[in-house]
Amino acid sequence: MKMTYVALKSLFSSPATANYPAEPKTYYPGTRGHIVLEVSTCTLCKICEIRCPTGAIQVDREGKAWSIERMKCIQCGFCVDSCPRKCLSNDPQYTSPASEKITDRLDVPYEPPKRKPKPETPPA
Amino acid sequence: MSNRTIIPFGPQHPVLPEPIHLDLVVEDERVIEAIPSFGFIHRGLERLVEKKDFQEFTFVAERVCGICSFIHGMGYCQAVERVMGITLPPRADYLRTFWAELSRIHSHLLWMGLVADAFGFENLFMNSWRIRENILDIVEETTGGRVIFGAAKIGGTRRDVTNDKLKEIGRTLKTIEAELHAITDVFEQDYSVQQRLRGIGILSREDAFDLGAVGPTLRGSGEPMDARCEGYAAYRDIEVEPIVESDCDSYARCMVRIREIYQSFDIIRQVLCRMPDGETEIKVKGYPNGEHFARLEQPRGEVLYYVKGNGTKHLDRFRVRTPTFANIPPLLKMLQGCDLPDVPVIVLTIDPCISCAER
Repeated sequence: MKMTYVALKSLFSSPATANYPAEPKTYYPGTRGHIVLEVSTCTLCKICEIRCPTGAIQVDREGKAWSIERMKCIQCGFCVDSCPRKCLSNDPQYTSPASEKITDRLDVPYEPPKRKPKPETPPA
Repeated sequence: MSNRTIIPFGPQHPVLPEPIHLDLVVEDERVIEAIPSFGFIHRGLERLVEKKDFQEFTFVAERVCGICSFIHGMGYCQAVERVMGITLPPRADYLRTFWAELSRIHSHLLWMGLVADAFGFENLFMNSWRIRENILDIVEETTGGRVIFGAAKIGGTRRDVTNDKLKEIGRTLKTIEAELHAITDVFEQDYSVQQRLRGIGILSREDAFDLGAVGPTLRGSGEPMDARCEGYAAYRDIEVEPIVESDCDSYARCMVRIREIYQSFDIIRQVLCRMPDGETEIKVKGYPNGEHFARLEQPRGEVLYYVKGNGTKHLDRFRVRTPTFANIPPLLKMLQGCDLPDVPVIVLTIDPCISCAER
């Protein structure tokens, strides 16, 4: 008898599930969806590469690029916590399904400060 | 001369979300003995501790299990913190307790759905999981993940929840609890549920204790033992009365879990009322040197974490004794003498989590 009440209630109420994909999924602001890099503030310091537990992030200082293997990333957010310039963040949107393992490569326009040339000491 | 046959059960079976293999020795329709075999999903997570540094390893510890994930991460952090002599800020302890109880509620609701599915009650299964979804929404909103919370770290928690948000969550939980009564009443009173659970899978109190059962399996046999009474995290301020049923059958274990859900709602209410203000993490300096055993209560029972550090960033040894591992010998005892159609339900009443047990 108890179940009849629950079943009838379900029968006459609106569906508990969302009408996806006609209605897009809404995410909470704090959801760990995927990692986003703000390239303008990145200094290619490599701390995210060292901290990443799965080795998904690669930083190429010579080629001036930051790359991430999306399928290796576990969205733990350890890189976001450890970034000294706060240029990494979690975007709430999940990455879309894919049939190939693609690496996202971003060019970073960072110029390291030029070292002052050492004053030449006259030979004694 | 009786006619004995061996029927393989698993590793692929409709009631088993994870692989375990049981060889059931049957005489007609009656099970005489069950012989288990393991190792289908061994991942070697304990060995990984030699490659990952001790802070990174929190993420690995959390991935030991998908359902009791938060308490795994919390247990590892608790053991390392004890080795390093770190005292957490009170707010971190309370937040951890809050998330641990939410994970207990969602794990028990998941189990209720699975057991309803095992005895063919699809509507009850769907409704249990519908309510579980509301709990997962709260988890996602506060931690950022649905099942892998990722909120525990050595030295505190990685996220804070504002007091306004906590008040709002308190109100939401009240409506969820009211909605839940309609479902749990079915488990308590429905004729068909009782027919499938009452008197099935008897485990006497002595057997449960001697074979080392833990969690609801042990408490369903009348033994009041709950690791939360040890007083870790915020449980030192909140009194937890172990929930005990004395019928020793599948129905008793089901009732223990249902009553534990309401107990968890009560604990969360107390946590929200007493939530202290202040920091949620402290800075960790140095490396762990020493060893410690931590005991925590997971939804499935008591879990043990052993951590041994050597003063470097890599730990020497990490060991987990998960509740499912301890509950396998009592399960084999329960299966002796049961009818063959009852085997799936009995296997589910220990709430098996095989990936936990094999790590």
